[in-house]
Amino acid sequence: MLKTKTTYHEPNTQGRYGKFGGRFVPELLMPALIELEEAYNEAINDSAFTSDLTAYLTEYVGRETPLTLAKNLSEQLGGPTIYLKREDLNHTGAHKINNTIGQALLAMRMGKRKIVAETGAGQHGVATATVCALFGLECIVFMGEADIKRQKLNVFRMELLGAKVESVSQGSGTLKDAVNEALRYWVNHVDDTHYILGSVVGPHPFPKIVRNFQSIIGKETRQQFLERNNKLPDAVVACVGGGSNAMGMFYPFIDDADVKLYGVEAGGAGIETGEHAASLTRGSVGVLHGTMTHLLQDKNGQIKEAVSISAGLDYPGVGPEHSYLHLTNRVTYTAITDKEALDAFRLLSCTEGIIPALESAHAVAYVCKLAKKMQPEENLVICLSGRGDKDVEQVQSILEAK
Amino acid sequence: MGKSHLEMVLQETLQTNKKICIPYIMAGDGGLDILEERLLFLKDCGATAVELGIPFSDPVADGPTIQQAGIRALKEGASLSAILRKLASFQQPHPLPIILMTYINPILAIGLEEFTGACQTAGVDGVIIPDLPMEEEDLIANAFTNADIAFIRLVALTSPLERSVTLANLSDGFLYAVTVNGTTGGRTSHQLHEVGPYLQKLKSISPVPVLAGFGISSPGQAKQLGSFGDGVIIGSKIIQLLQENKYDEISTLIASVS
Repeated sequence: MLKTKTTYHEPNTQGRYGKFGGRFVPELLMPALIELEEAYNEAINDSAFTSDLTAYLTEYVGRETPLTLAKNLSEQLGGPTIYLKREDLNHTGAHKINNTIGQALLAMRMGKRKIVAETGAGQHGVATATVCALFGLECIVFMGEADIKRQKLNVFRMELLGAKVESVSQGSGTLKDAVNEALRYWVNHVDDTHYILGSVVGPHPFPKIVRNFQSIIGKETRQQFLERNNKLPDAVVACVGGGSNAMGMFYPFIDDADVKLYGVEAGGAGIETGEHAASLTRGSVGVLHGTMTHLLQDKNGQIKEAVSISAGLDYPGVGPEHSYLHLTNRVTYTAITDKEALDAFRLLSCTEGIIPALESAHAVAYVCKLAKKMQPEENLVICLSGRGDKDVEQVQSILEAK
Repeated sequence: MGKSHLEMVLQETLQTNKKICIPYIMAGDGGLDILEERLLFLKDCGATAVELGIPFSDPVADGPTIQQAGIRALKEGASLSAILRKLASFQQPHPLPIILMTYINPILAIGLEEFTGACQTAGVDGVIIPDLPMEEEDLIANAFTNADIAFIRLVALTSPLERSVTLANLSDGFLYAVTVNGTTGGRTSHQLHEVGPYLQKLKSISPVPVLAGFGISSPGQAKQLGSFGDGVIIGSKIIQLLQENKYDEISTLIASVS
């Protein structure tokens, strides 16, 4: 039971997860994607690269992150024993840096010293700006106008770190539009610039590379849980916007058939209202940002705006591997409303003394429901993808407005 | 209609020692009701064929001018199916061959069968899909061949030679040579030391005509870039001039190519 054989081999060489994924990009970018994939495959088989990466993850990011027993929350919910994988304790306050460290090392290996990135909540932007400061790379970050307003603190952080933050006013001024602009910037500067994509979205090989860099989350969790309990957890829960923390957490558990996996999307004002970001639970299959996946779109194939209290989940698409895991029923996807997430934000803060990011609060909120259906002798792990410091101002104004 | 019609018109132009000029306009920009009038106008200016942009919410290969035109068209209620219905209502044959430029998602949303069927009814001769590189074209290539729709491939300055040869051999109608390392939109000049040899190289390997596109905004540029291959595609500048009602300048720009 504890040692599983590997049967899961997605994606294929074309970057497909079943029918999902692929490389739907302008011809101009194809050579860069092929170069990136070759560089990545070489790098992960080069012990100099992997030991470098491990050293930065240990000494700079602060890994491994703890697996914390949430005793009070478990007692209050009266169901299974709940553990938190503490990605909030990483340097910069979220899981995003696991990927940016890896990709920055990769960029330098390819001889590229200019970096472009998109950001939603600002966590990926901060994590990118941070590694660029560390390695002396030039950094430009595209961020939606609406997100700049609700995440002012992260904008200041990025600027402090030496990054140039470009406001994107097109569309809804959120993550989708920031990705468009970052992709356009990359199209215009592909000869000397690497695009550090922040989630398991976009054209192949990005979903694979980001998943693999993030899979340190699931690897550590599996190991830590085994050491502590001599068995695997019964369930693992993570929030899903593009889905990088969830993919990083789920991937090492995919072949453990007894471990149930739950992905929690942003239900916004409620799935039935149409104002949400639940691409998997309510979307349909199409192509956006270079990949075939579940999207929020109208009957003409125009992409709809996603709505969520959480800037990091506010994306009308989702990683193609999540679409595949949804179709194959390996992961159960569900949605949590803004209100439920806010309640969970407060609950975790006052029961455990841990203020979660609004994104991660969606996972906590789902656990409040799931716990009722599980037995006291069972165990579950929540991926606490980030800390909530960035959100307290926004939450304060929402609570005061009530 | 279809691929053979497009290829015949292109050959006829080249046989009279003229260069090919294909202007791009955004379908639905200014409303779908003026589309027919615009096709006739472009024909009168001497255009060889027309490239009809289909508006899409997230056009990552396009610069600001075409993005804005797309937003205007979407506000007018334009969609791929509405545009195809409109074209089907015009008297056929159309004054000049019609090539659709659309991102892949609107096609997938309608469904491939529906799309190719509607193209035939609408008298569409060719299709360009800027976000469908050859790695992904199995998705549509057979359906297009069966429906006699020319599937026009794009090649970029970054495409290695071997890849360019493959694209040229696959392409129906003509080969679309992207002449800038960037998104669509006017540039005051091209890197001619790079673009000239690139177009000449493509011309030497391509069994179909080679047309230069992206960033062409003046008669001088159009003439110069057209001279390396078989002609040019002009997009953002035409959209801008239509927006400013500068029809004479459009006429001059198109005439400068031949």
